[in-house]
Amino acid sequence: MLKLNMRQMKENQSGVISAVRAGGELGKRIRDMGLVPGTEIKIKGRAPLYDPVAIRLMGFTLTLRNNEADYIDVTVED
Amino acid sequence: MSVTATIALAGNPNSGKTTLFNALTGARQHVGNYPGVTVERKEGSYIEGEETFNLIDLPGMYSLTPYSLEETVARDFLIQEKPAAIVNIVDAANLERNLYLTVQFMELGVPVSIALNMIDAAQKRGIEINAKKLSKLLGVPVVPTVARSGQGKSEIMKATNKLIKSGLKTDPLIISYGEDIDQTLSEMEDEISAAMPESNYPTRWLALKFLEKDEQILDFCKNENSDLFAKLETIAYRVGRHIATTMATCPEAIIADHRYGYIKALLKQDIVTLHQDQDRQFITDRIDQVVTNRFAGPLIMIAVIMALYQFTFTYSELPVVWLENFFGWLGGVAEVNLADGLLKSLIISGIIDGVGGVLGFAPIIMFMFFGIAILEDSGYLARVAFMLDRVFRTFGLHGASVMPFIVSGGIAGGCAVPGVMAARTLRSPRERLATLLTAPFMNCGAKLPVFALLVGAFFSENEARVMLIITFIAWAGALLSAKLLRSTVIKGESTPFVMELPPYRLPTFRGLIIHTWERTWQYVKKAGTVILGISILLWAAMTFPGLPETQQQAFEQQRAAVTAAAAQDMKDQLAAIDGKEAETALKHSIAGRVGTAMESVSQLAGFDWRTNIAVLGGFAAKEVVVSTLGTAYSLGEVDVEETGSLGETLANDPTFTPAVALSLIMFTIFYAPCFVTVVCISREAGSWKWGAFSIIFNTALAFGLSVLVYQIGSIGIFGA
Repeated sequence: MLKLNMRQMKENQSGVISAVRAGGELGKRIRDMGLVPGTEIKIKGRAPLYDPVAIRLMGFTLTLRNNEADYIDVTVED
Repeated sequence: MSVTATIALAGNPNSGKTTLFNALTGARQHVGNYPGVTVERKEGSYIEGEETFNLIDLPGMYSLTPYSLEETVARDFLIQEKPAAIVNIVDAANLERNLYLTVQFMELGVPVSIALNMIDAAQKRGIEINAKKLSKLLGVPVVPTVARSGQGKSEIMKATNKLIKSGLKTDPLIISYGEDIDQTLSEMEDEISAAMPESNYPTRWLALKFLEKDEQILDFCKNENSDLFAKLETIAYRVGRHIATTMATCPEAIIADHRYGYIKALLKQDIVTLHQDQDRQFITDRIDQVVTNRFAGPLIMIAVIMALYQFTFTYSELPVVWLENFFGWLGGVAEVNLADGLLKSLIISGIIDGVGGVLGFAPIIMFMFFGIAILEDSGYLARVAFMLDRVFRTFGLHGASVMPFIVSGGIAGGCAVPGVMAARTLRSPRERLATLLTAPFMNCGAKLPVFALLVGAFFSENEARVMLIITFIAWAGALLSAKLLRSTVIKGESTPFVMELPPYRLPTFRGLIIHTWERTWQYVKKAGTVILGISILLWAAMTFPGLPETQQQAFEQQRAAVTAAAAQDMKDQLAAIDGKEAETALKHSIAGRVGTAMESVSQLAGFDWRTNIAVLGGFAAKEVVVSTLGTAYSLGEVDVEETGSLGETLANDPTFTPAVALSLIMFTIFYAPCFVTVVCISREAGSWKWGAFSIIFNTALAFGLSVLVYQIGSIGIFGA
């Protein structure tokens, strides 16, 4: 078990969200979309310029900018 | 027939809400706006036997705490207009996230029925849902539907009708948010019931929203009862600090966690059965592997954008020509049948040209909206935003800003009117406004004749290169001004890019047609009337006051003299006199006087009164710059396609140096958009303030740049 930041995750890597540290509008939007502790996610890919990132959770795909992914901590299997 | 009840259709974006609305209402729908905002309000009626229901298609939303304009409008509607019930459209393949909104509706205490939509797509993906059990656990009707084919639509309406008819009071759903929050909530509830026994809102919901720091609710409490507000704030602050120290998080986060926890626990009770490995690659994933690929993605995107551009401007050409011919014919009829004079001039140049001008844009707008609707409904537009976000974000814009820019003339030859309207696809308000204000810098088709004239006359040896540079200047100018606006007048954090990439779907033909028709009709109806009014005003400014009698007589005498002499080149001489008269009349008109009065300032950019009037005329439409220059140089009406003689005249005018030409090119790129665009900007931005801003800001920017170019250019020429 390894805890890391969502930005550091590689393509196709899966993990479970352990914390969302954003407040305000960003935090609210992140949580509304189901990015709450305990949710399983998988990195689907990155845009041609490596930002934003596309992630898969609960059967749908979501995009986030790298600087927004910074607020999300994920636990991954090593 | 009287209306039985009002029912709101609500759900997440991409849940098939509008498709169900279209299936239910068919053609019995109309679009308006919510008061004071630009969000569309779609209403329609559904008839079942003897009963008629009024349906409202609320904007898509993920949550009931509003951050975007759409979400605010939707919530205001639910609370203030109190529909009899909500039909909550839920994507069956995406139950967990979709129920997050459902749960919030239930917490608000509005009667809800669930349309478990796209059940066929879910089944194909191996997802089986026990609708009966879900209905029992939630205590609301659940009906599987396929909005696209209309399957289940009458069942969901019957279930909803039964729900309304039952007359049972719907109690707000109560979810446990853990000890700390629950205790705080009941404490706050007591305060609220004591202070505001008769409120529009359920008390627990009000307390919950207060803890979620919902700004609208905070303001509401502050205005209603400041004592209560202070008390609630103290309680909220206390629990906030407690949670921060013990759990290093905030009440909003805990509330969201528990809501999702409630849904997860619910779904674990054998509601969803998965028959396939969910990690399996589905069609959407396979398409995305190519379409958003690092190398193929941008190439495909360029091809799609080019195709949209071609589609919008090439296919609309034929109907545009039909309309032009029709209004040309109408003008001809008026020309023959009306007596010479002001009335004739008003009817031909003011009204017929004005109406023709308004309707001339309609086919382009129609094709543009049709093309964009395909891209949007299929899910591709979200991919474009995803791929381009990194670039456009640098300038304070959004990945989806690319469409308005391209349609406005990012590929030279577009049109800012549909371009500005294309900005509707942007959901982030600040990025959207910045896009609206900068898209008109792109080189629309009407600016091209001006460039062709000046480049042809002064830089003919480098024509292609200069045109390319002009396109480049427009892009650089638009992006940099966007950055400037976003760091000054439209300052603010960029809107989070937390966005869904929906699965690819084939758009429904009915949806596309309704979408396109409504928007085009709205343009004709709302923008059209204003545009017609302004075009009559502009006609008046270039016509009044007419030449005094003595001067008219002087021209008459000259004509008589030429006719009497019957020289060989009589025709040419007469044409020259006509031209001279038109020039004198133009100079004498309001526009001419304004142009002459501005000469002292405009000299800084190298413009004399002729150029000034031409530029003023360009406010009607940019290509009018060419024809007005023609009149001002006594050449009569110059055809925008045939500018050879005007070009020669300009090149031979010693005061019209290449530096003036460059300066005028610069000015044409950047100055005030034509008034049709200004009207559309005002409508899309929701305020005339932004229309006025675009006139002033753009003209000031254009003048600054022109002065710079002219002064540097003049030094260069004198040096050579």
